[in-house]
This record gives sequence, C-alpha cells and structure tokens, in this order.
Amino acid sequence: MKLNDLTNQTCEWLKGTGPNSNIVISSRIRLARNLNRIPFSHWANKKQKEEVLKRAREAVSSNNYTKGALFLQMQELNNLDKQFLIERHLISKEHALQADHKAVVIGEREILSIMVNEEDHLRTQVMQSGFNLDGAWQIINGVDTGFGKKLSFAYSQNWGYLTACPTNTGTGLRASVMLHLPALVMTKQINKVLQAITKLSLTARGFYGEGTEASGNFFQISNQVTLGHSEEDILDNIERIIKQVIGHEQNARGTLFEQDKARIEDSIWRAFAILKNAHIITSKEATDLFSRVRLGIDLRILKELSISTINKIFILIQPAHLQKIVGKALSPQERDIKRAELIRKELGEK
Amino acid sequence: MLCDICHKNEASVHLTEIIDNQITELHLCEGCARQKGTQMEQHFGLADLLAGLADLGQQFETPGKTEAKCTNCGLSYHDFRRIGRLGCSECYGAFKDSLEILLKRIHGSTQHLGRIPIKKPATVQKKSSELDLLRVKLQRAIELEEFEQAARLRDKIRALEAKKRKK
Repeated sequence: MKLNDLTNQTCEWLKGTGPNSNIVISSRIRLARNLNRIPFSHWANKKQKEEVLKRAREAVSSNNYTKGALFLQMQELNNLDKQFLIERHLISKEHALQADHKAVVIGEREILSIMVNEEDHLRTQVMQSGFNLDGAWQIINGVDTGFGKKLSFAYSQNWGYLTACPTNTGTGLRASVMLHLPALVMTKQINKVLQAITKLSLTARGFYGEGTEASGNFFQISNQVTLGHSEEDILDNIERIIKQVIGHEQNARGTLFEQDKARIEDSIWRAFAILKNAHIITSKEATDLFSRVRLGIDLRILKELSISTINKIFILIQPAHLQKIVGKALSPQERDIKRAELIRKELGEK
Repeated sequence: MLCDICHKNEASVHLTEIIDNQITELHLCEGCARQKGTQMEQHFGLADLLAGLADLGQQFETPGKTEAKCTNCGLSYHDFRRIGRLGCSECYGAFKDSLEILLKRIHGSTQHLGRIPIKKPATVQKKSSELDLLRVKLQRAIELEEFEQAARLRDKIRALEAKKRKK
C-alpha cells in the first residue's frame, strides 16, 4: 500500500454503515502511551526521538494488528500529503508541524493509525463507522496489548499511564463520537444538549471544515476525564449519554417532519438542487448543504442517494483531496470551482 | 467577499468567535486566517489553562518549589507551568505533591482504575493492595450514590479484612 492509493479508497469510518449511522458518522478511540524514562517528544533530543522511532517500528512490525501497515516518516511528506492525512483524520494538525523524527502508521482500510512522536511517543487511534465504540475498543485493546508485550510503557500504580499532558494521565483514553444533529439545531435545542454534556464531564466541539468555522451541524463529543475510571466505565458513560443524544435527535427529526413537512422537504430539495447545479461552491456552503441532504436521506425524501455516497463526496471535496485529484496546487477560488465540478459529477452519476 | 483584516484578498475562511456570549464573525483570507489562528492558539493555549490550574495549587507549595527539577530529564516545575507539558515519566515522581493536586482538579480523582501494562517498568511506585483499590472504589460509589454497588464493595472489603486478620 502507498500513500497515493488512499485517494481512491473510502476509509472505513466513512462507509456510512454501523449502528445509528443515520445520526452517528464515526466512533474513534485513541490511547496515549509513552516509553518509560525516555523524555516525551517535545522535551526529547534527536537521539532520544530516533530511539522512540526505532522501537515503535519494531513494535509495529511484530504486532499482529499492524504487520504490513504503511509506516511513513513525516519529514518525507510534502505539505499537501500532510494536509491530506489531516483531512482523513489519520494525523493531527500538530503532527504535521515540525515533521522531524515523527512518523505515522496507517493500517488496512485506515481503521487504525498511530502517530509516533506527537505529544506522546505513541498515539494509537482506531476509527469505526457509525456508533461503534465497542468495536473500536476491541481492536485498540488488542493493538495495545501487543505493544505492551514489546515495550515498557511509562506507568505508575497510582496514576496509571503517564502522559506528556496531565489531562491524559491514567487510561490515556479519549473516545470521540462524531454526530450529525441538524434537527436539534433547527429546533434550537442544541445548546441545552451541549450544556448538559459538559456537565457530565464530556466535551462537545463543532466539526471544522476548511479553516476554523464550525458548520454543517456536525458535532464531536468526547470524554474529558481519563483518570479514576476504568476504560470500560469511561466508554460505558459516553455510550449512555450519546444514546440519549441520538434519541433526542430522532425525536426532533420526527417532530420537525410532522409539523413542517413542506418546509423541510423544500429545504432538502433546494440543497440537493444547488449541489447538483452549482459551478462555484465554498467548503462551508457545501458542508451546510450536505448536512441538509444527509437529513433528506434519513427522512427518505432523497431515496436515490445513500449516506456512503455523501460521505465519499464529503471527504473528496476537502482542499488537499481536491488538489491531489487534480494533481497540482489550487488557489481557494480554483478549489471552489473544482469542488463544484466534482460534486456535480458525483451526484450526476447517481 | 474581501478579507476583514487585509481588505485585499478574497475571504475563504469564516470564523465565529464567542467571547462572553458576544458573537463576532470574521471573514478572512488564508494568510490572515493562519496568522489569526496562531494568535488564537496562543490566546487559548492549554499551557495557560494548565498553568492556571497549577497556580491554584501554589498555596500548597513551599517557596523555591518552582525551581525543583526532574533528575531524569532536567525539566523544572517552572518549565512545566510555562509549557503545560511534563518532560518524562520521572517528572511525575519529581513533582508528585503539586501533580497530586493538579490531577485531582482535572480528573476529580488520583487513583488509576484502568488497565495495567503487561511489562511493568522497574520504577513503578509501591503497589497498592487490592484492599486499597476496593476502598477507593467504595468511596467513589458513595459519592455517586450507587448504594447497591457500595454495599457489595463494603462486603468484599470486610471479607478481605477478615481474611487478613486470620493470617
């Protein structure tokens, strides 16, 4: 597998399958791990970072889950490739900065990725389509157990796994679920829901498209606390709360459709019509329109479209993806034209 | 639409900032957005937040404590407050008392109840007994008002204590 092969494949987490995939886009779990006594990546010298890379490579090649995975040194990638990996959620924005002595491991179908020498020595993540934290946990636990046999992790009996930032100490586990909540936004209940979530030691963030705007009614909910609860308890807590959010969104969708059917249908068909016909479209506009189209698929208004088609287009219209498809750098204005062209083509084929 | 900062380039980044319930919308070109992004990161940096949290613990610190250094990696407590990151696994031992307060503030707990690695590092701290862990769990169950769970834990603790006494 090579990096460029990824352009043409839809990653596992965008398959549009899995439990509650009409509302939940994807579920992700990441574990932060460090090697005992070796300074954390931001504080380590070149030699120490090289040592981490070397040991990570050995652990990856001997782990059943990561054998044969793509191992990429960040300094060998150009800026476009790095942006491409960020858009596919395989690396963080921070990992793309100052690329020396950093690497990323990408597993089959992009279910698994490992950042080496990011904030922590190893940041392993597993992504699943739909609401499937349990599936993600089964995999990541297996990967981590494998690494634990090979590597001596920084760990204390009292405080658990020791991480560069004390906000990750303990389990080092962050579970995130990406939700599409258009009906809660339309019925103006979203703030109440998000406030309640924060009180239950979870955090909610908007999903960012190009730049920093939160758009398209996409929200990411994750746990904040990593110490004092077992991994199972953390996952159980977030699962229970997300089930409730899903229930609220479902109810709101039902009520909206019952009370304001003509207006909802109009809004969805208009969004679809713009996407099918626009010749210039910004990332923000496309995200907002796709949010409405996505709702239209769930409400069985747009019957000929599938969630997986929408997910696929959604990733392809991101800036680095567009530029990789065209094979050259594009200005923001050129991207808006190319984006519209790609959407027309993909939707026209359906 | 032109960029709100340079008024020259086409705006391609649309930013909504909420400060004290005041919503401000900004439309920026790529260059200005990048600059603004860096400023924002500096403004809302995790390091500042952590430093703030760690500062609250200062009343428990003795003067000159910030000069304490980790003997393994050389990071001082002052460095930690500045960058918001620890230097290595041994820093946790070097700044134990301050971190105890900080971890309690962040997580509401200072006892790990999760997985234990297969290969334990040679420098692990004193192993807490099963009894200690059960007591922590009991405390938590009481705090969460999970009384059935608390009763089960209490019985387990009593059984273990009785077993210990017999030995």
